[in-house]
Amino acid sequence: MVNDQTSQTLPEHKWTMVVDLDRCTGCSACVVACHAENNVPIVNEDQVWRGRSIHWIHLQRYWEGDYPQKQARFIPTMCQQCAKAPCEPVCPVYASLHSTRQNLNLQVYNRCVGTRYCENNDPYKVRFFNFYPPRFDPPLEQQLNPDVTVRSLGVMEKCTFCLQRINRAEQAALSEGRALRMDEVIPACVQTCPPSALMFGDANDPNSPIRQVINGNRYRSFRLLESLGTEPAVVYLKGGEAHGGQ
Amino acid sequence: MAANEAHLPVWKRPLPEDPRLARQAQQLREEHLNLDPRPPDEMMETVMRPTTRAPLAFWLIWLLLGGGVLTLGIVWLIQMIGCIGIVGISRPVMWAVYIANFVYFIGIGHAGTFISAAFRALKISWRGPISRAAELVTVFGLTTAALFPMIHLGRTWKGYYLIPYPNGRGLWPSFHSPLVWDLIAITTYLTCSTLFAYLSILPDVAMARDRATIPWRRRFLEVFSLGFSGTEGQWATLNTALNVFTYALIPVMFSVHTIVSWDFAMALQPGWHSTVFGPYFVVGALFSGAAAVIIVLALVRKFMHLEYFIRKEHFNGMGLFLLILSLTWAYFFFNDYLAPWYGKAPADVALSMRFERGLGAPYWYLMLFANIVVPWSILWNRRWRTSLPLLLTVAVFVNVGMYLERINIVAIGLGINELPFDWGVYRLQLPETLITIGAFSLLGFLFFLFSRLLPIIPVWEVQEGQQEEELRHEGAGMVVTRGTGE
Repeated sequence: MVNDQTSQTLPEHKWTMVVDLDRCTGCSACVVACHAENNVPIVNEDQVWRGRSIHWIHLQRYWEGDYPQKQARFIPTMCQQCAKAPCEPVCPVYASLHSTRQNLNLQVYNRCVGTRYCENNDPYKVRFFNFYPPRFDPPLEQQLNPDVTVRSLGVMEKCTFCLQRINRAEQAALSEGRALRMDEVIPACVQTCPPSALMFGDANDPNSPIRQVINGNRYRSFRLLESLGTEPAVVYLKGGEAHGGQ
Repeated sequence: MAANEAHLPVWKRPLPEDPRLARQAQQLREEHLNLDPRPPDEMMETVMRPTTRAPLAFWLIWLLLGGGVLTLGIVWLIQMIGCIGIVGISRPVMWAVYIANFVYFIGIGHAGTFISAAFRALKISWRGPISRAAELVTVFGLTTAALFPMIHLGRTWKGYYLIPYPNGRGLWPSFHSPLVWDLIAITTYLTCSTLFAYLSILPDVAMARDRATIPWRRRFLEVFSLGFSGTEGQWATLNTALNVFTYALIPVMFSVHTIVSWDFAMALQPGWHSTVFGPYFVVGALFSGAAAVIIVLALVRKFMHLEYFIRKEHFNGMGLFLLILSLTWAYFFFNDYLAPWYGKAPADVALSMRFERGLGAPYWYLMLFANIVVPWSILWNRRWRTSLPLLLTVAVFVNVGMYLERINIVAIGLGINELPFDWGVYRLQLPETLITIGAFSLLGFLFFLFSRLLPIIPVWEVQEGQQEEELRHEGAGMVVTRGTGE
């Protein structure tokens, strides 16, 4: 196996996502792309009313101001891939664990027993529980992604930053004996976002575009619930009046 | 008292000749079980009678409870076969009634062993008839509680992943997780308290064995008594073992409920992340547990006709204990409430709003009423707290209040978190209701079963207490003297 022999030499990554709230229009294309890429099950209407919808990335909508100046604000929220993730230590069976090389939070579906402690301890509430066996209305079952496990009843799932794409690009680079190019790795939501509100890359690489974006926008960058000390890997750039625009 | 009378057993000694002293002696004997011994045969007969004869109503209630247990099993099976989704939990309230039940039944289980062990360590003279009932509350309460972490799992059939068993993949449970600490603490406590209860039951099993007439019952008791025959050596060993358990169990008891509280306190969730949760939960557990013991004692006394053993002095003592616990609980509650109130963190404010004025208000105010107003207004008065119906009412209220406390913390509190978009409300569904009813049935079912097999009063402990105390005529009146206990 390629991985076993070379895991010592594989480079470390700090995968990071930037969400530019100034560009986000709330169109939800990212949500659809994620569903298609990651085999996210479809939850029926009744269950959605009960708060059991599963969207690895979803748009939090907040209202700002009073009528007639009322405005909708969107925060696309996905797993924040925290460096110090609260969901990890509480899992009794290591189903939720940290990849130190990739700096990602992994979720091992077939190890998960469904204590749901991780969701309780997750301040961003971006982990989703399979209350029923996964369902895909025809013809959706014909477009399931073979690179991604379809999760069974009773386990937790969450955004992986499209780990299957990261791995595939890394393996390809490895087999061709070259370094990984940043434009090779692109999660489904980033690929799809029409106004390019989402950006993705390795923050460990000083020349990567993502570092340029973060460095160039320090005055309007923030992380969700930074005060909790979770050190999220998702950087948000403030929108609206934060820099004079609408 | 003449010298030759001192050698007579107490029940044959005449009362003093002076009518004032006689009245005093009689009154003291009525009040204190330890001063009112009866012939051993008579005592055993009183204790053993309910185990051999049961009225029809008993069997009917027992069947009803059995039906409850069966319902629990069936609903659990349905839930496992395909749809954990039938329960009411939903994002963000991922734990609800099941975990509240778990904490509640662990809490009930707490007081039993504590009362028994701590009262034994402190050599409280009136503990005799209480200890068995208390220990049983622990053993059966913990058995019921241990079901809930399994019931609540998404994949119950994989629950064994939590157990540290050697396996080819070298996978172990994560010792970082409070749930694993929980598992270890609870299995330790269940093992210790079962052994403790079993040890203290041995002499009674032996006594029941010697009096049993039905062959299957005799055979069962012969095996169960481990050949205890009451020799000097056996008693010495038994006492040593009980002493070891007494002192070992008290710290274990404190640690267990502290660890249960850490399931919540270690989390980042607003309302859970509190440093006072350890002692707060320990006191809460003792509070609901002591009330549960009172309920059991009152029912046992009434329906098994054990008025001789369980007297006003016991209810007086337990009532006082409950009052102290209520005061302590209120202190910790206030502590837990004040710090977030003063801090005014947005999520904490939203959480207290939900309890004070929101949809949690009925439960929150009922909890305060049941845990503080009811006990404080009744238990301070000796006449009221020794009145059985009143004390029973208080005990039931306390249990309702403490149950609601767990519901408030788990099911209602989880609905509020840091990001308002994710706030939610938990709605109770039928499966959880049925399983909760089933859990209470299981507790009752086990109690009923036990009450027909073995004596619910530890006769030997009562007799031990009676040998230590004596009524003497000193100076102007009758006084109680205590022996050394040797």
